[in-house]
Amino acid sequence: MDLLAPLAIAALVALLPVVTPIGDYHLHLVILMLIWGFVYTAWSVMGRFGLVSLGHGAFMGIGAYGVTLLWNQLGLSPWIGAPIAIAAAALFALVIGWPCFRFRITGHYFALVTLAATEIVRLVIVALRDLTGGSLGMTPKTALAEGPVAIAALQFAAKEVWLYIALLAWLAGVLVWRAVDRSMLRYALEAAGQDEDAAASIGVDVTRAKLTVTLLSAVLTATGGILYAQYQLYVAPETVSGIAISLQIVFAVIAGGMFVQLGPTVGAVFTLALTESLRVAIGHTIPSLDGLVYGLLLVLFIVYMPKGILGQALALAGRRRAARPRPVPA
Amino acid sequence: MALFDVFLLEAILNGLLFGGVLALLALGLNLIFGVIDVVWICYAELVMLGMYAVYFLYTVHGLPLPLAFAVAILLVAGLGALLHLLVIRPVLASEPINQLLVTGGVLFFLQAAATVAFGIDFRNLGLSLPSLVLGEIFLPWSRILAAGTALLAMLGVWLFLRRSFLGTAIRAIAQDRQIMPLMGADPGRLYLLTSAIGGGLAGLGACLLVLQYDVHPAIGLSFGPITFMICVMGGLGNLVGGFLAAFVFAQFISVGGFFFHIEWGYVMAFVFFVAVMFMKPQGLFAASGR
Repeated sequence: MDLLAPLAIAALVALLPVVTPIGDYHLHLVILMLIWGFVYTAWSVMGRFGLVSLGHGAFMGIGAYGVTLLWNQLGLSPWIGAPIAIAAAALFALVIGWPCFRFRITGHYFALVTLAATEIVRLVIVALRDLTGGSLGMTPKTALAEGPVAIAALQFAAKEVWLYIALLAWLAGVLVWRAVDRSMLRYALEAAGQDEDAAASIGVDVTRAKLTVTLLSAVLTATGGILYAQYQLYVAPETVSGIAISLQIVFAVIAGGMFVQLGPTVGAVFTLALTESLRVAIGHTIPSLDGLVYGLLLVLFIVYMPKGILGQALALAGRRRAARPRPVPA
Repeated sequence: MALFDVFLLEAILNGLLFGGVLALLALGLNLIFGVIDVVWICYAELVMLGMYAVYFLYTVHGLPLPLAFAVAILLVAGLGALLHLLVIRPVLASEPINQLLVTGGVLFFLQAAATVAFGIDFRNLGLSLPSLVLGEIFLPWSRILAAGTALLAMLGVWLFLRRSFLGTAIRAIAQDRQIMPLMGADPGRLYLLTSAIGGGLAGLGACLLVLQYDVHPAIGLSFGPITFMICVMGGLGNLVGGFLAAFVFAQFISVGGFFFHIEWGYVMAFVFFVAVMFMKPQGLFAASGR
């Protein structure tokens, strides 16, 4: 079931441009849903264990800016830049994560330390304005002048190509989530989440378990940042890093459902559909109205539906199945 | 000696004045955390609304400035109480992290609401107070006034908590949430009162900040994070620690901004915060042997 659903969705999405010409706008939305779905899934890989990070904007920003800077300044292909940027994000996760876990910084404190971390990355990007363009953001130098496909520069004019790249990334993210879900690591982290001392006393290396899942999450999130930058061909401190992005990630996951495999993806679909439909319905006459509805819904979600949309739906379905009278064997 | 020139001294003094206002903001947040055990991520957004309140009352409705201040403080105090009733109370029993995140939703909501209502224009009171000139050092009166008022307000809160009956009840419930209700104190009412006081302090902070800064919907993001860091570094709920940490932070920003660029001042303050958290997770000024 948990393998069937993502594969079926992936197959359907893959067939989408073949079966019906859906147009660039809808294709764009599907690509964004997949990329954000991937990032949100990456967050929940660690977030579901109570490691609520408000610092994922940092990993995304390092990924996006790392690749773009290496390409623009040194002419380094994203194929080489990506591993470097991902390694940098992993290193940052290690520098923040190891002391946090070693010294048992949890809950509020962990959230606030990671919040500081994400602000550090955003401010450094703004402060290095000679290199990064500061708050105005920057565009990767285009390689599309010679043709619609520039493999070395990881730039593609056709949205269909991006659909398949984003789809592969999303599927990989969901499968990583599943792998963690089925691993011993999950039990170790759940035990540690309830009582660190008790978990340690039965032989769980709590620091190591938390660090593993954090590194995994950071690496995936940085990859998401790279894909986002290469697809949009524009990065800005506010759109790939900082508190706003970190909160956006957390909230979308809560809305979709933190503890179920496809919850973060549902969160991505839901938030993007909400923003876009409000934008289409109201237009740009009233700026930020989508933010208003978004904020209100998030408060309502946390108060009344903390399991999220998919989590709540699956729980209801499960309860109904349990309530159905079973045929008594004769 | 170039390092100790007069501009550095000016930066240090400005840092001290800035610290006074930060300390006031941190006090409100800290009080709420200490008593209710909830971090209002949206605290700086209340300050932002207070700044708008002063702006509209003074420039549009033509109220005298002191009256505009008083009304703004009462309005934000009311908002604080409302926030507690509508948002915090329903999640008091759920997981702590949900309480943190729910106020993050309020942050989005208030920021968007301000954009919808007031647009993204930068607005200011159009007042400019003169500067105090000490030799070659220029200190704006608006900052001196702000720091002085902040200190007085903090003294007032301290006296209220120490000397009054209600203040004693608030301190008691912060110490033990289980026992105090048995003594006949009503936690619901004390929480509400604390939220209103916290809101009122945010309102006062707004009055002092609107004298120095333009108000716009995203201004909360420039004060919010730094205020949490101060509270955490001082030891969440530790009012004196928060007070001292505010001055440490303000010096980092002011002096760091003097030597480099203002963003580097913030970067250094945040890096310092992270480093302190690793060395003393309970906060820089936490009582030892906790």
